[in-house]
Amino acid sequence: MIQTQLAIIGGGPAGLCAAISAAESGSKVLLIERNDTLGGQLVKQTHMFFGSEKQYASTRGIDIAKILLDKLEEHKDNITIMKDTTVLGIYEDGVITAMRDEDKYMKIKPEALIVATGASEKFLAFPNNDLPGIYGAGAVQTLMNVHGVKPGNKVLMVGAGNIGLIVSYQLMQAGVKVEAIIDAAPKIGGYLVHASKIRRMGVPIYTSYTVKEAIGSDALEKAIIWKLDEAWKPIAGSEISFDVDVMCVSVGLTPLNELLVMSGCEMQYIPELSGIVPMRNENYQTTVPHIFTAGDSCGVEEASSAMVEGYLAGLCASDHIGNRHPMYEEKKADFINQLEGLRSGPEAAHIRSGVEKSLRR
Amino acid sequence: MRIKEHPILNFNRGKEIHFRFSGKTMIGYEGETVAAALHANGVKVLGESIEKHRPRGFYCAIGNCSSCLMEVDGVPNVKTCVTKLKEGMSVEIQKGKGELK
Ligand SMILES: Cc1cc2nc3c(=O)[nH]c(=O)nc-3n(C[C@H](O)[C@H](O)[C@H](O)COP(=O)(O)OP(=O)(O)OC[C@H]3O[C@@H](n4cnc5c(N)ncnc54)[C@H](O)[C@@H]3O)c2cc1C
Repeated sequence: MIQTQLAIIGGGPAGLCAAISAAESGSKVLLIERNDTLGGQLVKQTHMFFGSEKQYASTRGIDIAKILLDKLEEHKDNITIMKDTTVLGIYEDGVITAMRDEDKYMKIKPEALIVATGASEKFLAFPNNDLPGIYGAGAVQTLMNVHGVKPGNKVLMVGAGNIGLIVSYQLMQAGVKVEAIIDAAPKIGGYLVHASKIRRMGVPIYTSYTVKEAIGSDALEKAIIWKLDEAWKPIAGSEISFDVDVMCVSVGLTPLNELLVMSGCEMQYIPELSGIVPMRNENYQTTVPHIFTAGDSCGVEEASSAMVEGYLAGLCASDHIGNRHPMYEEKKADFINQLEGLRSGPEAAHIRSGVEKSLRR
Repeated sequence: MRIKEHPILNFNRGKEIHFRFSGKTMIGYEGETVAAALHANGVKVLGESIEKHRPRGFYCAIGNCSSCLMEVDGVPNVKTCVTKLKEGMSVEIQKGKGELK
């Protein structure tokens, strides 16, 4: 059995910041990541980030990951990193089980735990949606930006939120033709700066359209879309067909919450946070006192807020096990303030409402 | 299918790796996943569904969705989207649920 003060599950922006902040508070940290690289979703994001300066706005996602890894390095005496290790279970007695390299099992007993497992991509229901060539937007990003492999030659992008727009642009940077972007909503969900840039490059954006069906024998050959009326009912005769070998599905993410569910944390379905999320207090402590959470796993939002939540959870989980940072109160107030800043503004109205619902005072 | 020029990224590919997929020898690079190497070689169909035998490819590429399970070096149900390619690997399309040996 491995003993540690604080175990952090997930090495994305939330988990990395939690580790840095906990180490600054004097905790001994074990950071567990199932991949062989740290950085989570950041490692495939070649675009410059929005947000405010404190969370590295105007810096590319891949470079933010490097900045965080350098900071982690400064605390290497307090942080043990375990890569290629998937956490499989959390038990009532506080023991967690993990598997390294697919065949080595181990037990870990931390005094406290932060779950920062991120999110997974949603899917869309339509006939033949299982054909090869129909991929999640994050998958297409990983293939292109991490491995340098094109997903195909011609793409239909489904979803005009920020991720759909950004990945469309990245597809074009990789030399892939984007035939069109469609969205079931009557309005483009992503920022208009992204949308205009893409339209100027000649890609049409069809709003109020959804996928009718995919066609192909062994892999995608054709995608058919149709228009939705005001009641979101498809209009017969409005079909448009695209000869594409890739359909990129970008209809959002949902929290990866299995570990939180199995550990007995009180959970609730909160649509504004994109799924079933843990109830938590302002310290990001769940209803199981030694379990904290941060990032997309407690509500799908952004890397900027995931980082601040990570810092806050690392600070508070350390305090919970008796490692109080000398400037605990000031730091906590600053992080809470930063989160409020990120969640101000009209685009974040749904997040504010979701966060309010997930808060236990 | 490999990206040769990119305005932002430089792909410093690792050393060449030879592997086998259904009787053919293919080339990939050190550091890439089995699914990425297959895709670069034009292989999109990675498996078939258990009951209706419909073709399957990957979907999430981060090890969540189980759409990319294949038989690798005789071991079934390997998540090829997160498994790194190794010299001499033998990769096959899996029939059925696979057996634990
Ligand atoms: C295309 C795209 C564009 C985006 N653009 C922006 C942007 O411009 N600005 C912005 O602020 N945000 C952006 N985001 C969102 C941002 O990437 C995420 O909100 C952020 O990565 C969430 O961080 P996280 O640490 O919670 O989760 P993740 O980054 O998903 O990290 C979670 C980590 O946990 C690991 N893990 C999961 N389960 C286990 C387990 N059982 N055991 C061990 N490890 C596990 C995973 O492998 C992963 O590394 C974008 C996202 C996408 C997909």
